[in-house]
Amino acid sequence: MISLTVNGERRDIDADPEMPLLWVLRDLLKLTGTKYGCGAALCGACTVHLDGEPIRACVTPVSAVGAAKITTIEGLSANVDHAVQKAWMELDVVQCGYCQSGQIMSAAALLAKNPQPTDADIDTAMTGNICRCGTYPRIRAAIKRAAELQTATAGKGAAS
Amino acid sequence: MSDDSAPDNNASRRHFLIGAGVVAAGTAAGIYVMPRFFGERGAAGAGAAKGALPVDFKPHAFVRISSDDTVTVILGKVEMGQGVHTGLPMILAEHLDIAPSRLKVEFGPVDPAFNIPFLPSQFTGGSNSTMTTYQPLSKVGATARAMLLAAAAQRWSVDAASLSTDDGVVTDGRRRLTYGELAEAASKLPVPKDVVLKPRSEYKWVGKPHPRLDSRDKVSGKTIFGMDVDRPDMLVAMVARSPVFGGKVRSFDATAAKAIPGVVDVKQVPTGVAVLATHTWAARRGRDALQIVWDEGAGAKLSTAGQRAEWQALSRKPGVVARNVGDPDKAYAAAARKIDVEYELPYLAHAPMEPLNACVLVTETQCDIWTGTQNQSLDRDAAAQILGFKPEQIVLHTQFLGGGFGRRASTQSDFVREAVEVARGVGKPVKTVWTREDDLHGGFYRPFSVNRVRAGIDTDGKPSVYMHTTVGKPVLINSPFGSMMVKDGMDPTSSEGSADMPYAMPNLRMELHNTDEIVPILWWRSVGHTITGFVVNTALDELAALAKRDPLELRREMLRDKPRHLAVLNKAAELAGWGTPAAAGRHRGIALQESFGSIVAQVAEVSVSGTDVRVHRVSCAVDCGFAINPDQVVAQLQSAVVYGLSAALHGEITLEKGRVQQSNFDTYPVLRINESPQIDVAIINSDAPLGGIGEPGLPPSAPAVCNAIFAATGQRIRRLPVSASLKNA
Repeated sequence: MISLTVNGERRDIDADPEMPLLWVLRDLLKLTGTKYGCGAALCGACTVHLDGEPIRACVTPVSAVGAAKITTIEGLSANVDHAVQKAWMELDVVQCGYCQSGQIMSAAALLAKNPQPTDADIDTAMTGNICRCGTYPRIRAAIKRAAELQTATAGKGAAS
Repeated sequence: MSDDSAPDNNASRRHFLIGAGVVAAGTAAGIYVMPRFFGERGAAGAGAAKGALPVDFKPHAFVRISSDDTVTVILGKVEMGQGVHTGLPMILAEHLDIAPSRLKVEFGPVDPAFNIPFLPSQFTGGSNSTMTTYQPLSKVGATARAMLLAAAAQRWSVDAASLSTDDGVVTDGRRRLTYGELAEAASKLPVPKDVVLKPRSEYKWVGKPHPRLDSRDKVSGKTIFGMDVDRPDMLVAMVARSPVFGGKVRSFDATAAKAIPGVVDVKQVPTGVAVLATHTWAARRGRDALQIVWDEGAGAKLSTAGQRAEWQALSRKPGVVARNVGDPDKAYAAAARKIDVEYELPYLAHAPMEPLNACVLVTETQCDIWTGTQNQSLDRDAAAQILGFKPEQIVLHTQFLGGGFGRRASTQSDFVREAVEVARGVGKPVKTVWTREDDLHGGFYRPFSVNRVRAGIDTDGKPSVYMHTTVGKPVLINSPFGSMMVKDGMDPTSSEGSADMPYAMPNLRMELHNTDEIVPILWWRSVGHTITGFVVNTALDELAALAKRDPLELRREMLRDKPRHLAVLNKAAELAGWGTPAAAGRHRGIALQESFGSIVAQVAEVSVSGTDVRVHRVSCAVDCGFAINPDQVVAQLQSAVVYGLSAALHGEITLEKGRVQQSNFDTYPVLRINESPQIDVAIINSDAPLGGIGEPGLPPSAPAVCNAIFAATGQRIRRLPVSASLKNA
């Protein structure tokens, strides 16, 4: 039995220790928001947070997770109101949407560390995430918009 | 959408449609015969099996108005990113007079009511969704609104003409009734034969940017794609397929595979050997453990180098003449300056982000298929044929598609057929999934194409002749569409965009050589235009260089009698600042292509350093007649440019000893955000008949970039991808 903390909840699973976290999340825990795209850490569709760090779940054996807290797209916010999600909706980033969970998790991790990313910072953080629909121009704009939303919220928080 | 409700809805809608008899989309103009209305109690209500059942007012298969004020649009088209899940409901909502954001949207069943007007097929592709449904959906909305008005008029004993609607409500200025309150009464009224559609000038929503209706679920991970389908007792399967095209299983040993925990069964299917397991990881490990001996067959002899040599030789021989204008041979002999060049484009995989998959449950009497396919009726028919079922015994549950680009419009129904073969006899749902490697090795590519062009200018520097011989495997021949669309060996998708180029060309000939290699090929976003757009626009740039003329000026002259094309060309040039100096080290190239009823011109701005090409900016102008949801038109142009640049700069599937040399995104690189240019889009609403938007943005992007590379370096790119040309230079 392996114990994981997923989106704030303890989940006990019976799995081959070598099974990639991706398949544990998708097939055993039925959290299908995290996607399979390449299986080789080349496309970023499987990006989740491990203690806040973006990782590729498709190449992470479940045994390597240990006590680290896993956050998936389903756990990013309670009401689809994370600044990145709000900016994504405001600018209508998505097209087919399949890669977007991974894009959003990478963007959220970037903004958590770097609240005012430059274009170069965005390139560095987001180059591992492929989108075949070509939403890149909007992803770039939405990350900047999310940075604004985040700053505005933080400002309000400080004032109150 | 609520998956469990689908069979109920399906049954009731089918009943309704049979009763209706005719949703006859007879002509390209979209003349539509309205089916009779069908009011029913309860049974069709999604998830309404228990308790108080809402009354449904269901004017036809395209919209359902329930007594609880739910208005549901039922789509015959599939959503693969292109935005029809928002744009089509907007059209209906406009004429029904209800805010599109209040609609529910469902994917409909396979039904002739949803067939495209020019083929007996329910199909999402060819950029035709909006252009072919704009009229019918407008009429559906307007007719439903007229009946709701009539129901209110009856209730209040007034003249319907004295009433008006406002966002889901009928009012006489004082009293109000919601559409839901009127649904039951309206369903009992006769269907008006001819409703007057409101003019575009009165549109509230259509023509203005509207947020996507699928955005929220897609940013929260809630959207269910085919890959995410989960059914009770479901197994997951992976199929080991031949390493070369056309290979067959000679023998296999499944002992090691069956020993993997979670593996349930191993079975041979026509395409290879399937491993069925309780979850994906076990299926993958089981497949890796299979020992298979293959009869590789003749496919093992194929190599890209061999094909190239053979096709280059073919391109110098006369082919089937698709079009001849004037006297090209004489004009070529008389040309003041001329080119005789070859353009080569490789096989390309579509590589949608969601690898292929289909979940299938076969019982004694029914086959359920959960998948995302662009080819709904053809796939249903393929499943019926395999199982010896009637088409109506196949229930297709359409899911969101994680990209299509043509790959999910398989003319052979390959991935659905295989999944049916895997699941038959199992008695449980089996989801057959492909890996990325399976996707890139699996064929159904954009055709490999060798093109010889002889063209010239006269003594005044005007283009006088263009002769194009294209060699490659035609998309439609041997497909179920072939008998309807191919005549005398001429596949329109082989010549489109070149034989009928919009540029004035007094002497023109296009010839085809149809190859028949074993590699399965398929339409790939913009089909023939992905090839001809590159060939025509590069050749014209070569002629401009021969004539020492500005490529924009040359095109303007050749489009002098085409005001729409000229306006698009000029708009893109203006947006790009053509004629003004570019930033230091940057150079511009231009291209224009008409495809799928729309015209797109693009100017690419690039810099080149050694073999490193950087595309900084692409300025696009588009005339698609009328933009239903302008922000999604912009999105589709951005999308097509990025997809087109992936192909132009990097994309290439090659063969060696019959084996595909690329296997994942490391060896089949696609554009990433760090390479993605600034993309500016100008929309021209010319009020011409609606054109498509999913594909037309793609063809100009590769030639615009390659013409800019020529401007930068003097090197002509005649072979794609650019990386292959620059490496070989």
